[in-house]
Amino acid sequence: MKDKIILRNASDIPPMAMSMGTTLVSKTGSWRSMKPVFHKEKCIKCGTCWKFCPNGSIKNGEYPEWDYEYCKGCGICAEECPVKAIEMVKER
Amino acid sequence: MVKKVIYGNHAVSYGARDARVEVIAAYPITPQTQVVELLSEFCASGELKAKFIKVESEHSAMAACVGASAAGARAFTATSSQGLALMHEMLHWASNARHPIVMANVNRAMGPPWNIWTDQNDSMAQRDTGWMQFYCSTNQEVYDTTLMTFKICENDKVLLPGMLSLDAFVLSHTSEVVDMPPQEEIDEFLPPYKAKYKLDLEDPRAFGSLMFPDWYYELKYKQHTSMEEALKVIEKVGKEFGDHFGRYYGLVEEYRIEDAEIILVVSGTIAQTSKDAVDVLRKEGMKAGLVRMRTFRPFPKEKIRKIASKVNKMIVIDRSISFGSEGAFFTETKACLYNEKDRPEIYGIIIGLGGRDVTVEDIMKIAKKGKEGKFKINEINWWGVKL
Amino acid sequence: MKLTIPEEELMYEGTVDCQGCGGALAMRYALKALGKKTFVVIPACCWSIIAGPFPYSALQVPLYHTAFETAAIVSSGIKAGLEMKGIDATVMAWAGDGGTFDIGIQALSGVAERNDDIIYVCYDNEAYMNTGIQRSSATPYKAWTTTTPRNYPKARPKKDIDEILVAHEIPYVATASVAYPEDFIRKLQKAKEIKGTRFIHVLAPCPTGWRSLPEHTIKLARLAVQTNIFPLYEVENGKYKINIKPKNPKPVEEYLKLQGRFRHLTEKDIKEIQEATNKKWKKLLRKEEFF
Repeated sequence: MKDKIILRNASDIPPMAMSMGTTLVSKTGSWRSMKPVFHKEKCIKCGTCWKFCPNGSIKNGEYPEWDYEYCKGCGICAEECPVKAIEMVKER
Repeated sequence: MVKKVIYGNHAVSYGARDARVEVIAAYPITPQTQVVELLSEFCASGELKAKFIKVESEHSAMAACVGASAAGARAFTATSSQGLALMHEMLHWASNARHPIVMANVNRAMGPPWNIWTDQNDSMAQRDTGWMQFYCSTNQEVYDTTLMTFKICENDKVLLPGMLSLDAFVLSHTSEVVDMPPQEEIDEFLPPYKAKYKLDLEDPRAFGSLMFPDWYYELKYKQHTSMEEALKVIEKVGKEFGDHFGRYYGLVEEYRIEDAEIILVVSGTIAQTSKDAVDVLRKEGMKAGLVRMRTFRPFPKEKIRKIASKVNKMIVIDRSISFGSEGAFFTETKACLYNEKDRPEIYGIIIGLGGRDVTVEDIMKIAKKGKEGKFKINEINWWGVKL
Repeated sequence: MKLTIPEEELMYEGTVDCQGCGGALAMRYALKALGKKTFVVIPACCWSIIAGPFPYSALQVPLYHTAFETAAIVSSGIKAGLEMKGIDATVMAWAGDGGTFDIGIQALSGVAERNDDIIYVCYDNEAYMNTGIQRSSATPYKAWTTTTPRNYPKARPKKDIDEILVAHEIPYVATASVAYPEDFIRKLQKAKEIKGTRFIHVLAPCPTGWRSLPEHTIKLARLAVQTNIFPLYEVENGKYKINIKPKNPKPVEEYLKLQGRFRHLTEKDIKEIQEATNKKWKKLLRKEEFF
């Protein structure tokens, strides 16, 4: 249900406002002015960045992986990282 | 089949019981209290397998019904005047969200000052909320309409909430004979509610999100056309009810209109009083008739046009007033006839607000004065004002 | 990586919450705690918009948007309807502070008094943020909001909603903070197993309304606990248990100075707030001792 829903006919919508897709259509990565840059060599794999991301835009793996399509650049991950392995870099 | 001599309020309770409602949320208000008291007893004894949420206000009562209906359950509540007014926001919510909730409203005057007797200002004030509105005039009709309203509301083409109104004290606290069919036959007429749109773990969706103007308008159009579709459904269900139980109902009830020279447009218990008046007038030689408005929303325009095409004079008797304008039935009747080539002369009467008694004599005098053309034509006529 | 909370995400990305939104993070945690068999009810609040405009939804569970004051009672109605249909699931009311402390308090009180079987989570950003930062009864003493301007900031203390709920004698009342997700999730999972009305009050900092930096959201939610301004405690069947007792509580100033909404505070104000915080904390300790 990732794709943008184009409603062409009134018959496409149910009689009340019922959702038909997900918010994944909205690529909030375009909001960023600062981008989190990951310094892998410092990472201790504690999972703190993944834990505190408000939108779950950091994916779990052996190391964290940023979903830059959606990351808003809020800076929480960089602020909370106990070893300063994440640097907020000016993007725009 | 059981015949009981019961209050109008209890007719509502029995109707809700026999309709197998699943969730009831109600708050007490005079003169509705007996409805919820008897329903509480039914739930407590297990006679009715339903959840009764004893809410802390009418606004919450309607909100609870909205929630229950969203979950796919058959929901019911009852209220009156101030309580109905308090629910106003949630009445819009129920209709816009297309929940087939049924509510019994005991028509009671709005305060201040406190007035617990009958008039229709409370339900008329809710005419724009998107609820279907039915007006009952006997306890049998109250019971029957409770059952029918569920079937009408839950129809796939309708999916709108409906309220049935009964006059405070004149009907709510008056005992009449009510014939209740066996449960199996009612179950055949009204099967369990299977919601087409509901909150579903298997298909999780969001209901009621922010909708921009580019689609909201179409949703309102759909809501309105469903209300118009309801005109057909109401008649269909009224006929089905008759086929099952022997009592037929339509959008309106026509009484002695075939050769009438003057027709009264009436609703509620005034209509039953007016039937007696029509009978006496006929004996005295006046060809009077009446149309009892069972349905107010959706307004049965075609029916009125058909009836009005055959008569020269109509008198619309309202038990409500829209301050600065007219009585609700008067306005709607005139509006639907405006573009007709041949229109009768129509007089608007206001009567009985706040429970002021309406007698057979009153109706007879009104009919006679109307026949003589002595009513003001472009103003409403307040009957029996002591000033 | 080493995870201390459930991994599965039940909230989609692409939501329009501000950068650093505590409310979005709180929902992310709540859904991890409660899982897929959950129905969420959202009254008018920031989450009405974060949940996505029609035709999109941000949640992987069924969601019902409802009128401002009705989160608690609509949840109760849904629960009753589900029970009649034989469906066993958690119904969670997810309301902001406005919809809980102010306009929603009547319905919430009714639900709590009847002990209706729902979980009610209030995500508290301490003002009517969705409509543009107006004060609510959850706004802290002396805070700036658009309706409590700098020369006349909030003159009354924050309403103690937790005590009000405790007074209703419901089985579970708890406070939480987005800086302590393990604690918040543990409390929700505990609540899930209890029948009756369960109330959780989670502090969700709002950079936009608090005039703080987006990256400080967790820091603020942590400092609120470490200064004893927002203690983390549970009341289970009337028995108090404080979850975190800072050995050396941080001075309130450390928390207040990071927020632009407190920029106008004088030293006298800060001292007043510190004393009020100390008094309230002592009171809570007494309650834990006696109940």
